[in-house]
Amino acid sequence: MIEKTANKKAWLFVTPVVALVAFNALIPLMTVVNYSVQETFGDNVFFWEGVKWFEQVLNSERFHESFLRQMAFTGMILVIQVPLGIAVALTMPRKGPWVSVCLVLMALPLLIPWNVVGAMWNIFALPDAGLLGRMINGLGIDYNFTQQPVAAWLTTVVMDVWHWTSLVVLLAYAGLRSIPDAYYQAAKIDGASAWAVFRHIQLPKMKHVLTIAILLRFMDSFMIYTEPFVLTGGGPGNTTTFLSIDLVKIALGQFDLGPAAAMSLIYFLVVLLVCWVFYTLMMRSEKQ
Amino acid sequence: MAKIALEHIKHSYSTQLSGPQEWALKEVDTVWADGGAYALLGPSGCGKTTLLNIISGLIIPSQGRVLFDDSDVTSTPTIDRHIAQVFQFPVVYDTMTVYDNLAFPLRNRGVAEDKISARVREIARMLELEGLLHRRASGLTADGKQKISLGRGLVRENVNVIMFDEPLTVIDPHLKWLLRSKLKELHQQVGATMIYVTHDQTEALTFADWVVVMYDGTVVQIGTPVELFEHPQHTFVGHFIGSPGMNVLPCEVSDGTVRLFGNKIDTASSLLPDPDKGTIEIGVRPEFVRFDAEGFLVEIIKVDDLGRYQIVEARHEDHTIKMIAGEDVEIPSESPRITFDPHNTRLYADGWVVD
Amino acid sequence: MKTYKWLVPTLYILFLMLPIYWLLNMSFKTTNEILGVFSLWPQDITLDNYAKIFTDPTWYNGYLNSIAYVVINTVISVSVALPAAYAFSRYRFLGDKHLFFWLLTNRMAPPAVFALPFFQLYSAIGLFDTHIAVALAHCLFNIPLAVWILEGFMSGVPKELDETAYLDGYSFWRFFFKIFMPTIAAGIGVAAFFCFMYSWVELLLAKTLTSVAAKPIAATMTRTASTAGYELGLLAAAGTLTIFPGAFVIYFVRNYIAKGFALGRV
Repeated sequence: MIEKTANKKAWLFVTPVVALVAFNALIPLMTVVNYSVQETFGDNVFFWEGVKWFEQVLNSERFHESFLRQMAFTGMILVIQVPLGIAVALTMPRKGPWVSVCLVLMALPLLIPWNVVGAMWNIFALPDAGLLGRMINGLGIDYNFTQQPVAAWLTTVVMDVWHWTSLVVLLAYAGLRSIPDAYYQAAKIDGASAWAVFRHIQLPKMKHVLTIAILLRFMDSFMIYTEPFVLTGGGPGNTTTFLSIDLVKIALGQFDLGPAAAMSLIYFLVVLLVCWVFYTLMMRSEKQ
Repeated sequence: MAKIALEHIKHSYSTQLSGPQEWALKEVDTVWADGGAYALLGPSGCGKTTLLNIISGLIIPSQGRVLFDDSDVTSTPTIDRHIAQVFQFPVVYDTMTVYDNLAFPLRNRGVAEDKISARVREIARMLELEGLLHRRASGLTADGKQKISLGRGLVRENVNVIMFDEPLTVIDPHLKWLLRSKLKELHQQVGATMIYVTHDQTEALTFADWVVVMYDGTVVQIGTPVELFEHPQHTFVGHFIGSPGMNVLPCEVSDGTVRLFGNKIDTASSLLPDPDKGTIEIGVRPEFVRFDAEGFLVEIIKVDDLGRYQIVEARHEDHTIKMIAGEDVEIPSESPRITFDPHNTRLYADGWVVD
Repeated sequence: MKTYKWLVPTLYILFLMLPIYWLLNMSFKTTNEILGVFSLWPQDITLDNYAKIFTDPTWYNGYLNSIAYVVINTVISVSVALPAAYAFSRYRFLGDKHLFFWLLTNRMAPPAVFALPFFQLYSAIGLFDTHIAVALAHCLFNIPLAVWILEGFMSGVPKELDETAYLDGYSFWRFFFKIFMPTIAAGIGVAAFFCFMYSWVELLLAKTLTSVAAKPIAATMTRTASTAGYELGLLAAAGTLTIFPGAFVIYFVRNYIAKGFALGRV
């Protein structure tokens, strides 16, 4: 750890960053707060409404449903992506020409625009023209993600696994590469089983990067909008309407600015709260 | 406990073998006696660690066989060789306590808990780790961690061989000496074969009964510290061991006589090498050079008085000759002449002694 | 066991490649073939879909627009993040920890929350439908990320480097540009890569802030898909072309990424 010196001029260094981020964050946030406590019928005429919209959102069944749907989705993709990512990282070659090949191919999904990911999976999973849809129907399973809620859910989850597991792989792989060879040799001599090597050498060394991976995956999956919107449009019915999709529907679709703003704030606070808890736990375990 | 034989071992890390310089080990053919305390000595990059890893089975040699008590273990996995190894940098399992770290090799082999407990405590007492047994291993200092690594190497009974790969690099000097004496003591107690890798001759000579000197991928000599001193088999051994190292000077062999700077000299080598084959040199340790009016003329460059003896640096033409003279020897001020003790002056052909 | 280890990454990569292959496959098919028969590879290869994209300005301008704002954003984000990250890694100052966490919280702001206020803000200041608007908006999440990554790399550089340079008579900025930046080149590469990536893949804000003049390729695709009916082949071709810039960037930074992941705290 670097010993830091007190320096008031440091503020000069951070001013451009603060100015740019504040411009983008504070002004829109003030707008949202403004809307969240007022009612408007257009023409820039506003009425004070207090916490009415917050109460309305928190009590609405629709919000509860999309919130639970969001939690279930985020939980599911974390449960799949983290172990899968670790498994792939553990089995990846450690050196040689295949490392580059693996890294480049695996990183590819991360750099595809999100709506293209949605469109690609739409084309891939179409029951008549898509490879996946044809294959599943060919196995005798009736599959049509545009009409069946379960199929739509699973397709969305598989799409997200396809899209983001590589991030976990890359981070876990970086953690594994930082382990010196002597650890593996010592483990061999101590007669450690593969499980013991994983449990006592690899996992502890990956702890830090895995925390970052889980944090990033939590944040990004909690904000997911474009991919499911393009894939399913939130349907069939509302079955894949996650928080962001719901929010955009209310704000831009129905132009209910008050409830949308209140929901935005609640949504943002939930993400912040979870990240804050994570961040604090991470900092505490690092200090140990 | 076992006798270890290495038969014609060669190893290369690259898969395509284009030339002899690709070999990390060129040709090693040695036997290590059961229960011996060996030091494996040599400069960095001479193949010491490779040889160690071949014995422990972390590396399968490109050629040759490894025998433990006459049974071939060349391709036997590490765990079945019953060996212990301690690495240069501490390896501890961060998630475990010191106790669990020491117990780990035993637990992996299904030893009963009460036996483990007794053994771990015994090792902890020897290494002075008793007070720390229930602390997390990750919070310890570098030497604390290295003591745990040593402990894990020593905790198993009935190992064929315990190997130490420069284990004291990270330990501070005063503790180094203590731990080295401890290892020596331990060797006497348990009687297991021990191999201690180092590039430091003091460490090697104080720990070992037998010193194996490696140079450029081969074993150049195996011997007791005294043998290495008195009968260096290779000019490298002469250089590397002793302070200052052996003088190596070019000479000519013709008509059954050896000539150094034109003067005929006597050596302990009974045979004379074929002068057409390779470079011929004579080697003599500074301890066996003395002033003598019958010898050849030198110029004195420098005298270092070290109290009990003096190191004299002399020169003849372009060649520097070092000699050790007792504290009471008077350095001649005018035209000094020196001679070599013929019993300790040897001929070397291409680096190897001619006997 | 060990001999079958390669199966896991191989199967995983196969799983990653299948949808991409299907997209590629579709992009070379005619609309008739897509609607008429099911085939694993194009029976009648056509380049019409690509020809349309390269000749129709609404299509190829989409690419140019996207690349323009992504590059502007990457340059802005990295250049303002550099001094800030230096301050966070070297100095203690009033509110430093809170400021750092506040910056990170903006990485956690759901774009959906900000879409409408952003539209109003950038309309009000007359930047709506410009490249710079999207580039500035993406700073919201890219600057915090760049600061975070660079701070990680800079903390790994011993402070003695700075002190030695000052003793040698370097001015602060000369030291910063001549010595410090080359030292953390890998970190700058990784930060730029991540800024490029997140700006390139984001659509919600980019779509909200543009209408015609700066419309990103991704938005062109969704609008075409919804207005011109089901032109799957064209959509697939456009999608395929969006993969290339990313693939190109990964190929060039692949070694930095591995090294960057290992050194920094990405």
